[in-house]
Amino acid sequence: MGIQIINEKCTGCALCVKACPFSAITIAAKKAVIDLHKCNLCGACVSSCKFKAIFLEKPSEEISKADIDGYKGVWVFAEQKKGKVQPVAFELIAKARELAAKLNTYVAAVLLGSNVEIQAQELIAGGADIVYLLNSPQLSNFLDEPYTNVLVKLIRKYKPEIILSGATFIGRSLMSRVAVKINAGLTADCTGLDIDPDKKLLLQTRPAFGGNIMATIISPNHRPQMATVRHKVFLQPELDKHRKGKIIKEDFPINDLNSRTKLLDVIEEVENLVNLAEADIIVSGGRALAGPENFQMLRDLAWVLGGAVGASRAAVDSGWIPYSHQIGQTGRTVSPKIYFACGISGQIQHLVGMQSAKIIVAINKDPDAPIFKVATYGIVADIFQIIPVFTKKFKELLNK
Amino acid sequence: MNIIVCIKQVPETTEVRINPETNTLIRDGVKSIINPFDVYAIEEGVRLKEKFGGKTTVITMGPAQAETALREAISMGIDEGVLISDRAFAGSDTWATSYTLSCAIKKISKEMGGFDIILCGKQASDGDTAQVGPGISTHLDIPQVTYVKKIEEIKDNLARVQRLTEEGFDILEAPLPVLFTVVKEINLPRLPSLKGMMRAKQAKISHWTAKDIDADLHNIGLSGSPTNVIKIFTPPAREGGQMLVGDTAEVADKLVGLLKGEVS
Repeated sequence: MGIQIINEKCTGCALCVKACPFSAITIAAKKAVIDLHKCNLCGACVSSCKFKAIFLEKPSEEISKADIDGYKGVWVFAEQKKGKVQPVAFELIAKARELAAKLNTYVAAVLLGSNVEIQAQELIAGGADIVYLLNSPQLSNFLDEPYTNVLVKLIRKYKPEIILSGATFIGRSLMSRVAVKINAGLTADCTGLDIDPDKKLLLQTRPAFGGNIMATIISPNHRPQMATVRHKVFLQPELDKHRKGKIIKEDFPINDLNSRTKLLDVIEEVENLVNLAEADIIVSGGRALAGPENFQMLRDLAWVLGGAVGASRAAVDSGWIPYSHQIGQTGRTVSPKIYFACGISGQIQHLVGMQSAKIIVAINKDPDAPIFKVATYGIVADIFQIIPVFTKKFKELLNK
Repeated sequence: MNIIVCIKQVPETTEVRINPETNTLIRDGVKSIINPFDVYAIEEGVRLKEKFGGKTTVITMGPAQAETALREAISMGIDEGVLISDRAFAGSDTWATSYTLSCAIKKISKEMGGFDIILCGKQASDGDTAQVGPGISTHLDIPQVTYVKKIEEIKDNLARVQRLTEEGFDILEAPLPVLFTVVKEINLPRLPSLKGMMRAKQAKISHWTAKDIDADLHNIGLSGSPTNVIKIFTPPAREGGQMLVGDTAEVADKLVGLLKGEVS
């Protein structure tokens, strides 16, 4: 197992050097040399080499084919807060239907909570064939350990081949823990999912290096194949109230609900009516806002559009708006339908947090601001003059 | 209080650019830095030590050059550095990486007579997975709190912390030993002091291999990694669109017209 250069075939052309995303290859004495410390064995060099001079051996099967064939079904972790299933779970159920059709299998949602049965019906209306329902007051709020324990038990019992979860704060913590416990592969923050038509594997595509490169990842020899998925990448399903499905209530030993961490309080900072991750429209402000009071102008526009307010690092670091609004590398990643960048210059650290928005509207005084390179619609203007006009016009349009 | 901080050396992503002709990453002159989120973990570790006494150890898994990152952490006030480096780790995904780090932590724990808090940045800026921190706590079977934005209090072996959520934050109580992944809001990292830089220069960094940390060879590197990267590509660069020109009212009308179908 491992990777090596076949020196007889290597011409020192350096195509592999360019192809390597990890800077692991150098040319020494006209031959490619791989630094195994940096190498991620991704195989990008193998496909770049025209001379078949790179040999990559992948490890042998971990579990047998028969074991893998025993895993069936596409599951979605239906994250709920205050008894309400989060929109991203419905997006994933819609995607799960597509994947399940290609695999000729079923879609199930896993719902953990307290008095959430009514939500189970919604999940069926959204496309689930089965809802596994785990009802207990101790599951009403997310805690890492009890959620992990019951999910692990359920996976061991029913053996799903795929599990998807929103790449939310909760989903990313929980799935990481579950994947380690059951020795499964987990891919974070996917923006694309598909099924390999031949091998029937889940193809998980995700951004890395802040979105500068994309990687497609598989878990060939472990089950289930697990992925967390970014908000708003997939569309909400149409709810069909007449859809039939099965609700299976699961029992579990009371010990599984033990948690070493205790939740003392849940604090909501109600600055945004809509949470940033789920917002269809985000109005973001940067350094040009020049002070905390001017964010009101953005709030007004966001309110008219039913959106949320975001901010660049510059605005947050100046103390104008809480960190929970920060978008970019050290803040949040969002992918709304429309992103308004108001007085944001568009440094790469900000772009990585919002460049997957469908439409970017950039407003900046500086015609050379880098934000205009990614903007769908660019407007060179003074935000203080133009934004109130936008607010007024959208208000008229929407009769608000 | 014994504190272990896990860090990663990453390319300074601000300098990562795509060459539009070859469609590959331009890496010339890209510096390696400590993952920006890990700097907050380092700072929090140093602050906890200043408050409660004890010892801070920084660990990283990576090539020999990652020693620079450890020395930088020491210059900020961390006591000791450990580099976990072995060819056998090549190809590690988050599962294998968290296993490897957990093995190293077990060894440190043995030598120090236990540990109280493990600190990690919320995620690394190159991979952006946020999976290694929770992976470590699971391998060690200790509780975790992710996305910690404030450690409110530590008393009687219990830590009370604030965890960032989509809507605000939760307040949680966790018994030590515990693992926290931290977000930027938790502190304002200090700059290394001159004295710290001198100490960092001279500090002896331990180098541990897979054998030193007693790692099971089936669980490390490529064979310990359930996930495989099969394709890497650069996404089509987002194309700039159209500039809307005219006076304020004209531009506003144009924009409203263009977005009419998208807002409801």
